[in-house]
Amino acid sequence: MLVKTIFSGFGGQGVLMMGISFAHSGMSKGYHVTFLPAYGAEMRGGTANCTVAIADEEIASPVASEPNNLVVMNAPSLFTFQNKITTGGSIFLNSSIVNEEPHRHDVKVFRVPCSDLAQNLGNIRVANTIMMGAFIRVSAVVTPEIYLKSLETIMGSRKKALAELNRKAFMAGFECVNET
Amino acid sequence: MAKTVFKRPKSLKENVFHYCPGCGHSIVHRVIAEIIDELDIRGITIGVPPAGCAVLAYNYFDFDMIEAPHGRGPAMASAIKRSLPDRVVFSYQGDGDLAAIGIAESFHAANRGENITIIFINNAVYGMTGGQMAPTTMLEQKTTTSPAGRNKTLDGYPVKVSEIFSQLRGVTYLERCMVNSPANVNKTKKAIKKAFQCQIDGLGFSLIEILSPCPTNWKMNSVNSCKWIDEVMTKEFPPGVFKDNIAEAKKASEAE
Amino acid sequence: MNKVLMSGNHIIGEAAIRAGCRFYAGYPITPQNELTEYMAENMRNVTGGIFIQSESEIAAINMIAGSSAAGLRVMTSSSSPGISLKQEGISSMAACELPGVIVNIMRGGPGLGNIRPSQGDYFQATRGGGHGDYRTIVLAPASCQELADLTMEGFDLADKYRNPVMILADGMMGQMMEPVIFKKPKPRVYNEKFMLRGAGSGKSKFIHGLILDPIDMEEHNWKLARKYAVISKNETHYEEYKIDDAQMVLVAYGTAARIAKGAIKRLRSHGMQVGLFRPITLWPFPELQLRDLSSKIKQFLVFEMSTGQMLDDVRLALQGYADIQFHGRPGGAVPTPSELANVIAKHYKKND
Ligand SMILES: Cc1ncc(C[n+]2csc(CCOP(=O)(O)OP(=O)(O)O)c2C)c(N)n1
Ligand code: SF4
Ligand SMILES: [Mg+2]
Repeated sequence: MLVKTIFSGFGGQGVLMMGISFAHSGMSKGYHVTFLPAYGAEMRGGTANCTVAIADEEIASPVASEPNNLVVMNAPSLFTFQNKITTGGSIFLNSSIVNEEPHRHDVKVFRVPCSDLAQNLGNIRVANTIMMGAFIRVSAVVTPEIYLKSLETIMGSRKKALAELNRKAFMAGFECVNET
Repeated sequence: MAKTVFKRPKSLKENVFHYCPGCGHSIVHRVIAEIIDELDIRGITIGVPPAGCAVLAYNYFDFDMIEAPHGRGPAMASAIKRSLPDRVVFSYQGDGDLAAIGIAESFHAANRGENITIIFINNAVYGMTGGQMAPTTMLEQKTTTSPAGRNKTLDGYPVKVSEIFSQLRGVTYLERCMVNSPANVNKTKKAIKKAFQCQIDGLGFSLIEILSPCPTNWKMNSVNSCKWIDEVMTKEFPPGVFKDNIAEAKKASEAE
Repeated sequence: MNKVLMSGNHIIGEAAIRAGCRFYAGYPITPQNELTEYMAENMRNVTGGIFIQSESEIAAINMIAGSSAAGLRVMTSSSSPGISLKQEGISSMAACELPGVIVNIMRGGPGLGNIRPSQGDYFQATRGGGHGDYRTIVLAPASCQELADLTMEGFDLADKYRNPVMILADGMMGQMMEPVIFKKPKPRVYNEKFMLRGAGSGKSKFIHGLILDPIDMEEHNWKLARKYAVISKNETHYEEYKIDDAQMVLVAYGTAARIAKGAIKRLRSHGMQVGLFRPITLWPFPELQLRDLSSKIKQFLVFEMSTGQMLDDVRLALQGYADIQFHGRPGGAVPTPSELANVIAKHYKKND
């Protein structure tokens, strides 16, 4: 098993956090993982993206030329990355912001209105955690419990209220998609 | 009849700047291009961009340019000027480039009185590499390599390039400006124009220091960045003319 | 032991601090800024930890030379253009037999190049790099775990041989995160007589590289050469991967070796018996071990993220006993394992 995922969006949307927490949960489950952020001039124009690979054996390349999953938090990222996804792969769209339709028809598309749901929860910054709820359910690489534990480890245990909010956000995303 | 009040200077290419919104580099680029147009020296100008956020300046300036290794711009510019004395040669440098790794090159070019111009962008951080402490970082200012704030005991003091360089006898014209308001941009333009004219007239070394916003690494919006220049930076780096030997130099050259 | 997820740059910093590094000097340059920043943040939290952001790489290398002479475990880091500036100081440290760890997170070159991963500094690293007749021990990690292990080992080797040690990795290794376990570092073994800490009431000493008398200079050079011979004999490390039944062997290090392993898995699933020889020390190069392989294997393919530098060492090692092919990707594009597998398959068929 080897699953490669690209997380992408604007800087400030918590895109790197999505990747790190996912990689961390893979590690907790005992898998081999790599996390590779875009860096330097690639970050210009305020975009951010990272690639996570999770496998049950040594990972050769942390780069994803043909990712299985693409998580897009904004429209430019959809155009940048949609051609790369492997046939039969999945796109997770932040449908609150991305109105455009993917032109790929050989992949599954999951629309998650995560910015809207985040507004409902009273904090736009949890949009990424909402997306992760949907992503973790569909990708089924790790369980929600393992993922949430990783998220808490990374966010630090200092803020109990934040952990509670994240849990709520995660569940909101989890419930808005169906398993495939 | 419609009158054109804003158009692209000839010395700027059509490319869109890659600089962050609110960045001082874009403003200074435009100012330099306008001056070069006005002085009609596009064809004889050679610019030396640095390693720094302005490393891609040659994508924007439409005259000859050659990249220098980090900090070595003044050495390169000195040599170009000596090889081609009738060209207008300037080096464009950040604070890390000029006042840290390249302090030797800039200091000695100034001290030799090279007939070149240095445009010095002081934004109090290393912009390109992601906001580390620069020689010009303010005391107490937090950066990624001064996480507790710049500490005078450990990191020393902000380097006052204009004050120091104005002591060098090789320097003819030296002014510190700012680009945080339309009026200050106009002052900056006058200063740079004067520096270029000084060089064209063969009167020797000129340096224009420009306090310039870096909203990205200061983690402020543009408006607050401009305010921060006024309220914080100018306390350490007061604007003004630090040296003007143009008249004397003129007299001396006429006497020769 | 605790497994943690960290980026390569941070891992080097953490491993160094755990290994007892108490002096770090550096100058910002991408793609290793996170290491400098890690040291800025964390050196201040360890007793005796010193961090200086130097005014240039030239200053940084001379700072660590000074602190090393004073007896501290020292490190500096940079990326390709900055490493060029450090060469004068590295030569000096080798001459004065000062231990220290120098990290090069390679980027594209020559010149300012770009900030993508590259392996273009192999010659510079393994041939001494600066002026004079000297060698630098060069360690080439291929995973985040190895970054941790080899950084710690680097300090031990530097002390043991009183010689600069270079950790040679690339932008991808620096930026990438992988799980890592920090092993317990060995206690430091370094004789106080080599430290310069003031004569007190004893005899004063001095450390120097200037030796004007040619016979003395010659003797010093031979002394260093004998030390390098001992290092070559004792400290050569490499990994063999699926070599036993291999018809063809790839030679690659660092990131390139990771990609090569991926390619080999694909090739083997198509029945091609390909293995990997991965030097872990680039100097000393595992020359004899590679030559041994040529008694049964006649096809080698060198893969580097450069136009062919380690290739020279492979040629020297194999001395014409086997066929050597080369595939290079300079410039920062990291090829995919399947891309590389296709290239190898062509060579494999051709020679079968
Ligand atoms: C020898 C060397 N060391 C380090 C670097 C990396 N580097 C590129 S630009 C820069 C500093 C930029 O800061 P500054 O000069 O203040 O310019 P700014 O980006 O703020 O305009 C550094 C350290 C390099 N290119 N070469
Ligand atoms: S990082 Fe700062 S100096 Fe660089 S382009 Fe952005 S605002 Fe300008
Ligand atoms: Mg700067």
